[in-house]
Parts: sequence; C-alpha cells; structure tokens
Amino acid sequence: MSETDNYETAASRDGDFASFDDHKKGLLGHFHNALHTNPALVPLIVLVAAVIGFGILLGSRFLSPFALTLILQQVQIVGVLAAAQTLIILTAGIDLSVGAIAVLTSVIMGQFTFRYGIPAPVSVVIGLGVGTALGAVSGWLVSRVKLPPFIVTLGMWQIVLAANYLYSANQTIRSQDIEAEAPFLHFMGVKLQFAGATFTLGVIVMVLLVLILAYALKSTAWGRHVYAVGDDPEAAQLAGVNVHGTLMSVYMLAGFICALAGWVMIGRFGSVSPSATTGVIGNIQAITAVVIGGISLFGGRGSILGAFFGALIVGVFELGLRMAGADPQWTFLLIGVLIIAAVAVDQWIREVSS
Amino acid sequence: MSVEPILKGRNLVKRYGKVTALDHCDFDLLPGEILAVIGDNGAGKSSLIKAVSGAVIPDEGEVFLEGRKVNFRSPIEARAAGIETVYQTLAMSPALSITDNMFMGREIRKPGFRGKYLRQLDKPAMEKFARDKLSELGLMTIQNINQAVETLSGGQRQGVAVARAAAFGSKVIILDEPTAALGVKESRRVLELILDVKSRGIPIILISHNMPHVFEVADRIHVHRLGRRLCVIDPKEHSMSDAVAFMTGAKEPPAEAVAA
Repeated sequence: MSETDNYETAASRDGDFASFDDHKKGLLGHFHNALHTNPALVPLIVLVAAVIGFGILLGSRFLSPFALTLILQQVQIVGVLAAAQTLIILTAGIDLSVGAIAVLTSVIMGQFTFRYGIPAPVSVVIGLGVGTALGAVSGWLVSRVKLPPFIVTLGMWQIVLAANYLYSANQTIRSQDIEAEAPFLHFMGVKLQFAGATFTLGVIVMVLLVLILAYALKSTAWGRHVYAVGDDPEAAQLAGVNVHGTLMSVYMLAGFICALAGWVMIGRFGSVSPSATTGVIGNIQAITAVVIGGISLFGGRGSILGAFFGALIVGVFELGLRMAGADPQWTFLLIGVLIIAAVAVDQWIREVSS
Repeated sequence: MSVEPILKGRNLVKRYGKVTALDHCDFDLLPGEILAVIGDNGAGKSSLIKAVSGAVIPDEGEVFLEGRKVNFRSPIEARAAGIETVYQTLAMSPALSITDNMFMGREIRKPGFRGKYLRQLDKPAMEKFARDKLSELGLMTIQNINQAVETLSGGQRQGVAVARAAAFGSKVIILDEPTAALGVKESRRVLELILDVKSRGIPIILISHNMPHVFEVADRIHVHRLGRRLCVIDPKEHSMSDAVAFMTGAKEPPAEAVAA
C-alpha cells in the first residue's frame, strides 16, 4: 500500500471517541436535560402550579378534600381512556375509537344483563372481552395490513358507535333498575369516604392502572419494546423485537382498558346510555390529556404518568374555573393554549444538542 | 483450502422477479479473519450478506456455519446462532438509552420472584454489562450509560452498535458500511475498533466502498461482480487500482485468485 493511502492518519487520534461527559450547558441546559430524562416533569409542574393558583384564587373552597377528590371523580373516565390512548400513541399510533369502545362495552355489560338475564359479573367479563377483541381487530389492521392507525381507528370509531346505537336500539337502562337488579354493574361507583374526601373504586382503579402501566413500561422488556416500536419499527425489528406481537399486545390491552372505562362509566353515570358523550368526544379528551401530558405524537417518547397529570390538569381547570364562576368557554380556550404549549415544549425537548 | 470456513455459502441464487441478484455465488469466511466484500453498486453484495445472515432466504444454494448446514429464516435466527449484523442504519432506537439499545430483544430479568412473575428487568446487571463491554472495546470514559442514543455522535453510535455486536456475536460479526456516514476521525476510531474485535478472535465480514479502509484492515478481499464471487485477493499482493479494476470488469482477475 502506498504512502498516499495513509492520508487519514494525519487526523489526530487522541480525541475521546466515546466520552459521555455532560457538556457545560448552564441552568437551562440542566433543565433541558432533566426534562429529557423525565418527560412527566412539565405536566407535573403545570398541575401543581394550577392547583396552587386556584387555591390562592378560591381558597379553602377549592383546596378542600371534597373538591380535590371531586376532580379525581370527574376525570376518572378520561383518565382511564388516556391510559389506553398513551399506549397507542407511544407506538406512534393514535386511537380515535377509545370513547366509542367504552360506550359500546358499557351497553353490552348492561344489555347482556337486562336483555338476556346473564349474571352481571359474566356480562362485565364479556364486555371486557369485546373491548379486547375490538382492539385486536384494530391492531391486526395496523400491524399486518399496514393501514395507518388514524384511518383504522377513524373507521372503527364510526363502526363501533353505529353498532352501539343499532344494538341498543338507543335504549337507556335506568340507574334505579341497575341498582335494584344488577348492582354489580355499579361496582366502580362504590364510594369510600375519609374525612370529606370521597374516592370511588373507579378512581382507585384509574390510579392503580396508571401505576401498573408505568411499572410495565419502565421496568419490563415489553415496555422497552413498546417504546422501541414507536421510535423506529424497522430498527426494533432488526434489533430482534417482535414488532407484530408488541403492536397486537398494545392494541388489545388498549381495547381492554377502554372496556374497563365502560364499566367505570356505569359507576360514574349510574345509567347505561348509548348516547353518552364519551362516545363522541372521549377520543379527543383522551388525546388532549396525553398531549398535555407531554407524550410525543410521533411515538416512543413520554411517560404515562404525564398523561395522568394531563387528565388531572384538565380536571383542575374545569372545576377551578367553574367554581370561579367563569364562562365554561374559558376552560376550552385555556386547554387549547395548553395543548399548543405542550407540543411546543415537546419539540424543544426533542431538539437535542450533541 | 485446508482450514474449514466458519461461514460458507455454496451456489447461492436469489432472484427478484427477472433480476438475478445472486447467480450461483460462493462465499467463504475463515476463522479469525477480516473478510472485506467489495463490489460495484448493484453487484449483489447486500443480497449476499442478507443471504448468509438470514435477512433474505436464498432461492437456491446452501449456507454452512462451522460446517453444519443452516437455514436461517430471519436475522433473529441467525443471531441466535451467533451471527450478529451491524446494519448501515444501526438498528437503534434513538430515544432509548445505550443500555436499552444494547439489550433490545434480549433483556435480562431479575432473578427470583420479581423477574419471574413481575417480569422486572435487572437494570443494574444490564448497565454493568453494557459498561464493561464498552470499556473492553476502548469506548472508555462513559459516565452515563443511560444516556439516550440520540445524544451521541455518529461515531459513538457506530461504536455502541459494534460493541453490541461484539458483546453478543459469538461466531461472526457482519458490518455493513460502518464508516460510510462518518467523518475522517470517527472512521479511524471505528477501524481501530474493528481490529480490536478481530484481535479477540471473532471473524468479521466488512462490506465497504471505501478502498483505503478495506485495504487497511482486511485479510482477504472478496470481489463481487455480477451476482457472484469474481475472485478473492490478498490486499498485500494487489493494489487498490487492481481491486477497482476487477470490480468494474476493466481487468481480468488472476487465475489463482479465482480458484481460491
């Protein structure tokens, strides 16, 4: 080999090849770094600030155990739906059918009990099974047929909602009837009270669900695979991740969680109504919570705790502004601002200085 | 040939419609060597590598690993058999940490109840392993093994990908254009890393367009042309110009190299 071939040895070799020292980035840089490693930090700060803000504004009326636990009760359905939505969005998908699945499964739990005389616990299990099956259909269409999740779940939303009206013949099952004949359907509405604070089982299920999913996403191989699939599916495949299996498990689990939200709905509303607004706006509410929670719509980034905080932020604004006597439109306006701000922060976090 | 090749392909054929990407191609990788595979664009280098690493299934022909016939249906199967491939795209998840990426698809669980029933990952063990492997290969001074891969430079990422392959590739490591996206200085480090891996006894297949890099590290050079092995040359006996001439068909290969 001639001398001219060695031109590259001219480059010095003494630079560190893989030194991972933190660059001196100043306060903002450290903050940036902290946000990068803990994506749930921003919504937590916003949540705490909102609670303190309304606390100063409204005093003990707002900072009472009653009011604070009322927020939890008001967000329990959206909170559970947001957990399902988080899983889907982490895989770089989106699920427009979450609310519709919740309503249909609540109708199934009610109608199976009242129309066919099936014991309520069995009807609940059937409802959970139907939710899981609907999730499996979406998951299969996304993973195997390679249709965009937006399209699949847009269609699924319409199909499920229409099936819900057709099957129920638009009949509502009254709360009194449920109380008298199938109280098990109201199980998620059972209230536990301590010193003015009221927790329903639905609230406790929501919190447990978020904690369990946070553990699974962070500390199990399955969770790491969910993030990897959302980040770059081809890379995940080449690295040895079962991408199809991961997507199927995510969509099925999301469907199951939506059905759980359906059960929570019966506890919250008392009655079983096929025209519950959750069917129409549940998807947008869940996406709002997830986005405010700092989860990237591009997939692979964010934490489910953030989505939970996002749901709580919406709840705090709703109750706080209502107690302050503001026009409810202010709530929507502020939530709109929060959504845009959250995505702007997400973009800033993703901008990585190397 | 007296030494039994560790990885051997015989009569490999792969067609895509009317295009024949591999035309009765042979391939031999000897123990402990760095074998460079060079060829013009479209010569079928990638198809050859994919055929021996399980990424495509050849239409005809056989692949032998350590003398035993193997039929890989996916890169995962090849990996399980000890063949690690570092793809040009590196196959890493940018938002996840170095440790997460090194163990992607083969995570370690905690022993006992927490691993078995709670399926909890053994993060300390994985971090220790990742740190050890990176230091072993001279990718030293790592302070934060939990740093996201996207915060690393191109060369550092390549380094982590090579370390991942070296850590788990017990028999063969395939590197696809490892220096293509790198600057001069980073390329140099990656070449040193390749020699380092070789010194640990693991044979390497190096696919590259960069003749100076190929001639610097390769023990033998497999020249690929028109879907088959044209010849295997010794970089000490031929010049880069010769190699390019064989590759492009401007010059006939030496008879003894064709027989090899």
